[in-house]
Amino acid sequence: MKYSKEQTQALLQKIENSLKDYLLKNNIQNPLIIGVHTGGAWIADLLQKNLGYEGKAASLNISFYRDDFSKVGVNPKVEPTEMPISVDDKHVILVDDVLYTGRTTRAAINEIFDFGRPHSVTLVVLVERNGNELPISADIFGEKLELDNDKNIKLLGPDPMILEVVDKDS
Amino acid sequence: MSENKEINLDNENKNNSEIISPKHLRHFLDIENLPQSLILDILDLAESFAGVSGQPVKKVPLLRGKTIVNLFFEASTRTRTTFELAAKRLSADVLNLNLDFSATKKGETLLDTLRNLEAMHCDMFIVRHPSSGAAEFISKNVSPNISIINAGDGRHAHPTQAMLDIFTIRKYFPDFKKIKVAIVGDILHSRVARSLMHALRILEVPDIRVIGPKTLLPLGVEEMGVTPYVDMDKGIKDCNVVIMLRLQTERMNSSFIPDEHEYYNLYGFSPKRLDLISKNGIVMHPGPVNRGVEISSEVADGNRSVILQQVSNGIAVRMAILSLSMQP
Repeated sequence: MKYSKEQTQALLQKIENSLKDYLLKNNIQNPLIIGVHTGGAWIADLLQKNLGYEGKAASLNISFYRDDFSKVGVNPKVEPTEMPISVDDKHVILVDDVLYTGRTTRAAINEIFDFGRPHSVTLVVLVERNGNELPISADIFGEKLELDNDKNIKLLGPDPMILEVVDKDS
Repeated sequence: MSENKEINLDNENKNNSEIISPKHLRHFLDIENLPQSLILDILDLAESFAGVSGQPVKKVPLLRGKTIVNLFFEASTRTRTTFELAAKRLSADVLNLNLDFSATKKGETLLDTLRNLEAMHCDMFIVRHPSSGAAEFISKNVSPNISIINAGDGRHAHPTQAMLDIFTIRKYFPDFKKIKVAIVGDILHSRVARSLMHALRILEVPDIRVIGPKTLLPLGVEEMGVTPYVDMDKGIKDCNVVIMLRLQTERMNSSFIPDEHEYYNLYGFSPKRLDLISKNGIVMHPGPVNRGVEISSEVADGNRSVILQQVSNGIAVRMAILSLSMQP
């Protein structure tokens, strides 16, 4: 099942608005937006632009921090991590497309701490689905979704970005 | 006794025991039989690892809990230290065994040494050995859960050096199908040259040249898909990449070459030879450099030289090879 372009767009708009409110409410001036490759990096770039910050968002390739290397190995095709500025004392906005088991977010947080000591980390996702295996939940999300165990939701993109629900082994 | 004697040179054996599937390595012994796609995967992965050296914490947890043994039967500084750093940046534990000075001197056989290391639950051996075929021999005689990486075996192969060289080349010339590459010097004794020729051929480099005195060019080298030149000025003309090999001065007294000075005049990379190569051409050297023998200091330290970048790149490329060989 595919979301329409407009449905995905509406979710993107929703997290953008929520993030603006969040930054305002917490008086955060210069957040460091970091996207997780690949889908999270697309969304992070969009947020970076729409919130009026210059340049590209930072991006993380978390494959070297995953906890399942001894089961699945590494994927050579993932783009390298780009961390243009220091994370020390920054308010980090960590962006991913889907929050599922929480393991990717755990890996991303570990990687961020190898670049320094952020002031805070806020998690923004487009979709938070059921199946969490770690005590991690999103601070800002587009929607929460209940999916069968044999289904995955993924983001196609980057232009346009469209969510799609697929079978796990497809 | 010398462990060299028990090694059966098995160069005829072309079975490809180092690859599990086109995406996975089990051992890394030679480049000769690797598919292009796997070589490109290694380069791409190395690109990602290159960033780790720039992090405040220069470490990723990928190989945490693994034990890697540097098993060096031959002296080495650069190769051993970059392997050690690569393993440490992947969070593996590293054991350095210099077997020139170890139990083998007390009469222990190579196989006994291996059995002992296996009993210590090591996961990977990085092997350098003066005999061709040593790494492959070891790969066939260790327990199946241990990966073997060839860090140079006799005159046969030095595949990680070739990988870091092509990684460095790709930084400057992303399209291998459009470049001219020359390898200069002691082609005959050089395991680096052999591995490089295979790598460049697999990557479909259209013009690969080997340059050196006739005595240092292997007979029938054309069969490897390269063009031999005895005249250096003709050979390096318009090349994008010139790779200078170390002249092994330990062989100076033999009849291979006249003397260092004459060798430099004929095959040394002097500053005026820079005018002959392509305008954006680069000069490489695997080290250690004999200044004033195969290359002048002015060229080696100049802005066309990428010799030190090769060393840095060696860490990222070796991280990629270690992790691909260690994955399930």
